[in-house]
Order: sequence, then C-alpha cells, then structure tokens
Amino acid sequence: MSNNTSLSLAQSKKRRFIKETAQKAVVYVLLSVVGVFMLVPFMWMVTTSLKDAGSVFVFSWIPRQFEWRNYVEAWKGGPTGVSFTRFFMNSIFVSSLVTFGQVFTCAFAAFAFARLKFWGRDKLFLAYLGTMMIPGAVTMIPVYILLSSRYLNWVNSYKALIIPGMFGGAFGTFLLRQFFLTIPKDLEDAARIDGCSTFGIFWRIILPLSKPALATLTTFTFMGVWNDFIWPLIVINTMEKKTLPVALASFQGMYSTDWHLLMAASTIVLMPVLIVYLFNQRFFVRGIVLTGLKQ
Amino acid sequence: MSQISAPARRKHLRENLTGFAFLAPNGIGFLVFGFLPIFASLFLSFASWELITPIKWIGFRNFVGILGFHKDGASVFPNDPYFWKYLLNTFYFMIGIPLGMATSLILALLMNQKIKGINIFRTIYFMPVVSSMIACALLWRWIYHPEVGLLNMFLYLFHIKGPDWLGSMAWAKPSLIVMGIWKGAGYNMLLYLAALQGVPEELYEAARVDGANKWRQFWGITWPLLGPINFLMIIMGVIGGFQSFDVQYVMTGGGPANSTKTMVFYIYEKAFTMFQMGYAAAIAWILAAMIFVFTFLQWKSMGKKVFYV
Repeated sequence: MSNNTSLSLAQSKKRRFIKETAQKAVVYVLLSVVGVFMLVPFMWMVTTSLKDAGSVFVFSWIPRQFEWRNYVEAWKGGPTGVSFTRFFMNSIFVSSLVTFGQVFTCAFAAFAFARLKFWGRDKLFLAYLGTMMIPGAVTMIPVYILLSSRYLNWVNSYKALIIPGMFGGAFGTFLLRQFFLTIPKDLEDAARIDGCSTFGIFWRIILPLSKPALATLTTFTFMGVWNDFIWPLIVINTMEKKTLPVALASFQGMYSTDWHLLMAASTIVLMPVLIVYLFNQRFFVRGIVLTGLKQ
Repeated sequence: MSQISAPARRKHLRENLTGFAFLAPNGIGFLVFGFLPIFASLFLSFASWELITPIKWIGFRNFVGILGFHKDGASVFPNDPYFWKYLLNTFYFMIGIPLGMATSLILALLMNQKIKGINIFRTIYFMPVVSSMIACALLWRWIYHPEVGLLNMFLYLFHIKGPDWLGSMAWAKPSLIVMGIWKGAGYNMLLYLAALQGVPEELYEAARVDGANKWRQFWGITWPLLGPINFLMIIMGVIGGFQSFDVQYVMTGGGPANSTKTMVFYIYEKAFTMFQMGYAAAIAWILAAMIFVFTFLQWKSMGKKVFYV
C-alpha cells in the first residue's frame, strides 16, 4: 500500500517536471522568435554595410568580402564633404550644453518650488504644469519666428539649437520637484540651526541626496536632445551645423541607391549609443521605470 | 497688514527674493521659450502671416478654412481636404498603440517567470528603444525595399511576391506601424514587467487554492491590477500618436499620394515650407484641442475604473 502511494507520488512528480519543462521550452521558443525579430534588422544593417556595391542586392548574410572601406567612405560624408567627425562633435556639443543647462536650472527652480516660499509660487508651478500639456508644435512656430527675427537672427546657428533647450524645461522641474519633496525636512532644519544658508542647504544637502533623480534626468534629457529631429530640421540648413539625426536624414537623399553606404552611416550613428546602453543597462532600465511610473 | 513689523517685512522680502533668484535662470527661459509662445501662437492662429507680408488679423478665417465645409452645386466639400485626410492618417497610425501594448504585455508575461537568461532577452528587446529613430527608419526603409529588401527576399523563399511596402497606398501605413511596434515594444514591456512584479504573490496563491487556472488568474487578478499602467500607456501613447512625424518624414516623406502624412507633418509643411505661419498655428491649436479633449475623455471614462493597490 505505502509502496504504491510513493510510486504514484514519484510518477506525479515526474509528470509535473515534464509539464514544467515543456512550458519552459515553449516560453524560450516564443521569446527567441521575438528576439530574432528584434535583432535581424540590426544584423541585416551591419551585413549590408560591409558588402560591396555589386553584392548589396544579393540575399546573403555573409558578405563575399568585408568592405571596411564603406565605413571610411560613409564617415567622410560623400558629396557633402562634411564628415561624421563634425556631426558627432555637433551632437555632443549641443546635447551636453543643453543637458547641463537644463538639469542645472531645473534643479534650482525645482528647489524653489519644493522648499522656498515666494509670491505666486503655486500659480507659477501650475503654469509650468500647464505647458507640459501643450504639444511642441504649438510653441515651435512662435519660437522659430522669434529666433529668425532680425533682432536675434539665430536661425542656422548653434544658438538656436542650444539656448531654447538650455533654459526652461517644465518636465525636468516637475520631476525634480517631486523628488525633492520626498527628502525629509529634518536634515535642513538641523543644518539651518548650524548656520547653513539656503544655498548651502540646496547645494550640500538636497543635491547630493538627489543623485538618482539627477542622473535619470541627465540621461533622458541627453537622449532626448541627441535624438531630437524636428527642431534641428527646422532651424539648421547648412550641413556643417547639422546634428547626427538630421545629417543622417539628409544622407538618404544623396545616397539614394547606395544602400551599403547608407547602412554604414546608420551603423556609425547607432553603434556608440548601443555600446553605452549595453554597458549601463541597469541604469537605463531603472530610469525608465522611475520616470514612466511617476509621470 | 500695517501691523507687520519692519524686520518681519524685511524677512518676507528676503524670502521672496531668494525664491525668485532660484527660479530665475529656469523661469526666464520658461517664460520666453515655453510660456509666452503659447499666447503668441494663439494670436497667430487668428492672423494671416507669411513672414514677409505684414501680419493681418483675420478672425476665425483660418479655423473656417481648416475645419469648414462649402457647398459646390449639390454636394458639400471640406474647405481643406488635406487636413481631414491627414487627421484620418494620424488616427490610423494610432492602431499601433493597442497592438504595441498587446505585444509588450505578452512579452512581459513570458518574461515574468523564473527562467534563466531573461536578462539577455531584455537586453535584446530594449535595443531598438535606445536606438536613434532616424537610423532605424533608414534601416527599415532598406528592409521594406520592393525588389531587394530583406522582407521581400525572405517572402520570395516561399514564392510570395511581396508588395512595394512603402510605395503602395494599402501597405505604407501598416508597414510604418509594424516598424513602430518593433521600435517601441521594449519600452512598454519594461513598464509592464515592473507592474507585474508589483502584484502580490498571495493573490495568486489564494486564487490557486480556489482552483483558478492561469487564464482565470490573469483576467481576475493580473489584468485589473494592470489598470493604472494601461491607462498611463494609452494616454501617453495617444498624446505621442497625435504628434508623430519623424518616421513618416524619413521613411516615406509622407507618400505615396500623401497617404502617410500626419497632422504634425502638415504643420511642418505649412509653417516651414510654405511659411503660412498663421494657418499652421491654427492647425497646431486644433491639434492641441484634440489632445486635451481625448485626454480628458480618457480620464473620465477610464479613470474611475482603474484600481490602485
């Protein structure tokens, strides 16, 4: 009798094991199919970028001969004569300055909204929140007109790419304010008793405690500016001042059928970002969850 | 008020000054590039201005020109047929929102299990999200190439002659939607995964004790608890969907026959290729109004049904 039950127990255990293994196998297969779908475009891009002009149209995953020259040629910028060194410098220059300015000024403003008392504070904050709901297309037109006016004459200059992004930024102010509000006030009170100034409290207590939020805002602002398309498309019209996305977009007109060069250029644009991502994955993931869930 | 002593008043003034000093660097930029332009563009939407001509106040004529209809013989025609066409296109592209969410949810459910190698999958799914939109758009143009694109070469293995994906009226929009799902699925998957991991395990245990199978557990526990995140994704998706532009600009240039032009594409065209600033501002405000109305309606209809744990 007891022998019998232990046998059936072992049997049901075995059956459960088989069932679980089968389930896992199905999950792996499904995840892999999607994984292939996600990866194949990238692989095809790299493959194409290494083919010679003649074999671009052949359905093969391994190039006949690895044409590393494509990268050299794409990097030089072909008919435009402006190389990717320039576009990278433009993108790095613009994105860094905008990010620095925005995180810096947003932190100051967020501290004012979170901790200081001044006339009209809540109404002003409401104005900040209100602009977050307005689509960019609405403000784009007057800002362009302002920059193109003969008083400023900023169109086709780095100033047009940098200044409007550097100061302002309602989302950043909002994000940081919400974070600052979660920091306990006791610390500040203690510091104030010890004679710490308002600026000291902001600089020595609030900012160091807000590193995760500041890091998230920095990353997302940087990525946002780095990938921004419509604004540089509108305000920049010479190749020398174009940022990477706009430069890449104007390439497709010039290399309409040279797909190996277009794919080499795309790879050049994608690689640095993907490498940064692969080494800082946890950080990206945490940032997404933080900003996505708290919006 | 007059009872406030001089030192108190001085302290009050100091507080105000400190507050404004902290706010100023951001506040001035916000005022010039964020806040005042809203009113400037509202003003422009009631004006006719082509940059070189003097500004002319024309009342509601822009809005009538965009939204109005006129009679021609027995039939009625819209004053601006392009606007309505691009509006429909914009809505069409939003089909991608539920499709993308479903894809992301299925992925998140598959990944929300204790199996090895999850990190590798997560890394792969998230790669398109961090990639430059323009580079991805170019890459997918190459995949969709009618004769020698990867997709049609693949289909040819099964003796299927694929269409000219981006060049045909029927396929251009679905092709862009598929590309969009590929690009964005990883993002929503992460949000879903975070939400799934927040569901208390006890709920599932209780359900199992009551004999509920996986299917019932999903619809009875998981789905209702995903309410807030679904709500957030739909709202953000629709707001983003109303403003789509980059992919269309790079992949199809709005073609074939304007079938992939969106509202923002139209604003871009009117403002920055035809320099009809007033008309473009009016379209932008109609777009803004639609975003408000949709967000408000979604808030009203779904906000109440959302559960918070």
